[in-house]
Amino acid sequence: MTVMLRAEGVSKAFGGVQALRDCTVEVEQGSIAGLIGPNGSGKTTLFNIVTGYERVDGGDIYLGDSKITNLLPQRVFAAGIGRTFQLTRIFPRLTVMENMLVAAQHTGSKRTRNPLARAGGRADRRRAAELLEFTGIAGHSDALADTLSYGQRKLLELSYVLVADPAIVLLDEPAGGVNPSLIQHIADRIRELNTAGKTFLIVEHNMDFVMGLCGQVTVLDYGTVVAAGPPQIIRSDPRVLDAYLGITEEDDDAGPG
Amino acid sequence: MRTGARAGGILAVLAVLAVFPLVLQNATVTTIAVDTLIFAAAAVAWNIFSGYSGYISLGHAVFFGTGAYTVGIAARAWQLTGDAVFGLLPLAAAVAAGLAVPLGLIALRVRRHTFVVITIAFFFIAQLTATNLSVTGGSSGILAPSPNWDAATFNNPFYYTALALLVVTTAMSWLIRGSRFGLQLRAIRDDEDRAAGLGVRAMPVKLAAFVISAIVTGMAGGLWFYFIGQAIPQFAFDPLFDLSVVVMAFFGGLGTIAGPLLGALLIEPAQQWLTLQYTNEYLSEILLGALFLAVILGLPRGVIPTGAEKIAMLRARLRSARAAAAAGSPERQPGDQPQEAGTSSRDAGTSAREAGR
Repeated sequence: MTVMLRAEGVSKAFGGVQALRDCTVEVEQGSIAGLIGPNGSGKTTLFNIVTGYERVDGGDIYLGDSKITNLLPQRVFAAGIGRTFQLTRIFPRLTVMENMLVAAQHTGSKRTRNPLARAGGRADRRRAAELLEFTGIAGHSDALADTLSYGQRKLLELSYVLVADPAIVLLDEPAGGVNPSLIQHIADRIRELNTAGKTFLIVEHNMDFVMGLCGQVTVLDYGTVVAAGPPQIIRSDPRVLDAYLGITEEDDDAGPG
Repeated sequence: MRTGARAGGILAVLAVLAVFPLVLQNATVTTIAVDTLIFAAAAVAWNIFSGYSGYISLGHAVFFGTGAYTVGIAARAWQLTGDAVFGLLPLAAAVAAGLAVPLGLIALRVRRHTFVVITIAFFFIAQLTATNLSVTGGSSGILAPSPNWDAATFNNPFYYTALALLVVTTAMSWLIRGSRFGLQLRAIRDDEDRAAGLGVRAMPVKLAAFVISAIVTGMAGGLWFYFIGQAIPQFAFDPLFDLSVVVMAFFGGLGTIAGPLLGALLIEPAQQWLTLQYTNEYLSEILLGALFLAVILGLPRGVIPTGAEKIAMLRARLRSARAAAAAGSPERQPGDQPQEAGTSSRDAGTSAREAGR
C-alpha cells in the first residue's frame, strides 16, 4: 500500500505548552484512518498543521511524494487536502448552493479564468447538486446556510469539502454533537465515498464510530504517538487504555457518587 | 417575468434620471442632484469593497481627496479648461488605484476592527499631507478652472458625467456580486480562514475589490472637485465623507446592490436640503448621526433586505389564508393545510432574503 499523507516527526509548541512532540502519522491511500486521544492530546493541532493553519516548529508533511510543510491553507487545499472543522464552519450568509460553489471554483487546472464570470458553471452546479443529494440536504439548496440545523451544517461542510474532489479528506469530529441516526448516516456516507476510492483521516471521540469505520487508528497522548494499528489491537493496547481510558475512569471516579 | 419587470423598472428609473435636469431646470435642484449622483457612485463603490468583503473602510475619503487633488493639480499643470477637465477623470482613477495598492497591502493584512483603525490612520495621514505640501496648495487648497459653458445649463455636463459614473459603477457592482470574484468576497466576509481552506486566495481578492472601489471613489472625487470649484484639505479629505457613505450603505442594506443606491438617493438630498434651509451645517450632521443610530438599532440589515422580507412574509400570509379558505373543499385532508402554510412561509422567508440581495 502506498502512503498518501505522512506527518513526519512534527513538533509544535504554543508558548510553554508542547502540543506535538516528534509526532509521526501515516495515512494509506484508499483507507479510512482514525486519530484518537484525550482532549488536548494534539489531534486538532496536527490537523491545523497539515492543512496550513499552523506552522510546524520541526518536522515535515508529505502528500504523496511532495512536501507540503507550511504551505498556506489555500495551497494545501489546491494540493488535494480538504478538511472540516470541529465546530462547523460554513458561510452563514451564503445560500447552501453558494457555499458549495466557493470550493467548486478552485477545481481543475490552471487554465485562465474570468473572475467576473457568473459564480458556478453548469458542471460545477451539477456536481454540487449531486453531492447535496448524496449527503441528503439537497432540499435546502437555496436556503441561507444560517438556517441549517447543526447536523445539516456538518453535512454541508462534508459536501463542500468534497466538491473540489480532494485526494484526502480530514474530518474533525464528524459525529460530534450529532444525533445518533445522523451519525449512522454520516458513517454510511464516509464508507460509500471510501469504497469509491476516497481517503479519510478522522478525529473523533465517539469510539464506536471510529472503531467501526477506521482500518487504522493512531493514538495521541500529550502530543506523541503512543500506539498505532488496527482497531482491535488498539482496543486492547495497555498504553492506550492508560492514556485514554485511564483518564476516563479517573473522571468517572471523580464524579458524584 | 420577474426579470422582465425588474428590467422595466431599471429602464424607467434610468429614463427619469436622464430627463431629470431637462424637466427641472432650477439650479438649486440640479446642484443637489449632481451632488447626490456623485455620492451615490461613491456609496456603491464603497459597498463593492466594504459591503461585499465585510472589511469596513473609514478611509475612502483618501481616494476621494486624491481624485480631487489629482484633477486640480493636473488641470493647473497642463492648463486645461472646459470639457477637457473631464478627460482627467481616468487619471484620477489611476492615481487612486496606484495609492490603493500599497495602502491595501498594508491594511488588508489585519482584520475587522484593526482594519478600520488603520484606514482612519490613512485618512489623517492624507489630510495632513495635503495640508503641508506646496503642490496641493497647503491649507488654502487648489482652485478648479472655471467651466466655460452656459449658465442656464451649467450643471448638465456634471450631471450627465456623474450619472454615467453611477450607472457604470452600479452595473459593475451587479456584475461582481453574481460573479466568482463576488462569491469569494462574500465568503471572505463570512469566514476568511475557512474560505482560504477552500482555496480562496484572500489577499488578491480583497485587494482587487479595494482597488476597484478606490478607482470609482477617485473619479467621484475628481468630478466633485471640478463641480465644487476648489479643494481644501478639510473638505477634500473629510471625515464626514466616510460617515455619509457608510450611513447610506447601511441604511439601504450593506452588501446589496440597490441598498447604497437607495441610501444615497434619500440621504444626500436630505442633507443638502437641510444645509440650505438651515444655514447651520451642524444640524444635518447631527441628524445624520441620529439616522445612523436609528438604522443600526432599528434596521440593522438595512431597508432593502428587511423590506423584501416583510413583503414576502405578507405574501405568504395571504397565500396561507387563501389555502385555509380552500381547505374547506372535500378533496383536502385536514392535516395538510397547516404544514403547507408553514412550508410556504419558510420558503417565502428564504426567497425574501434572496430578493434582498
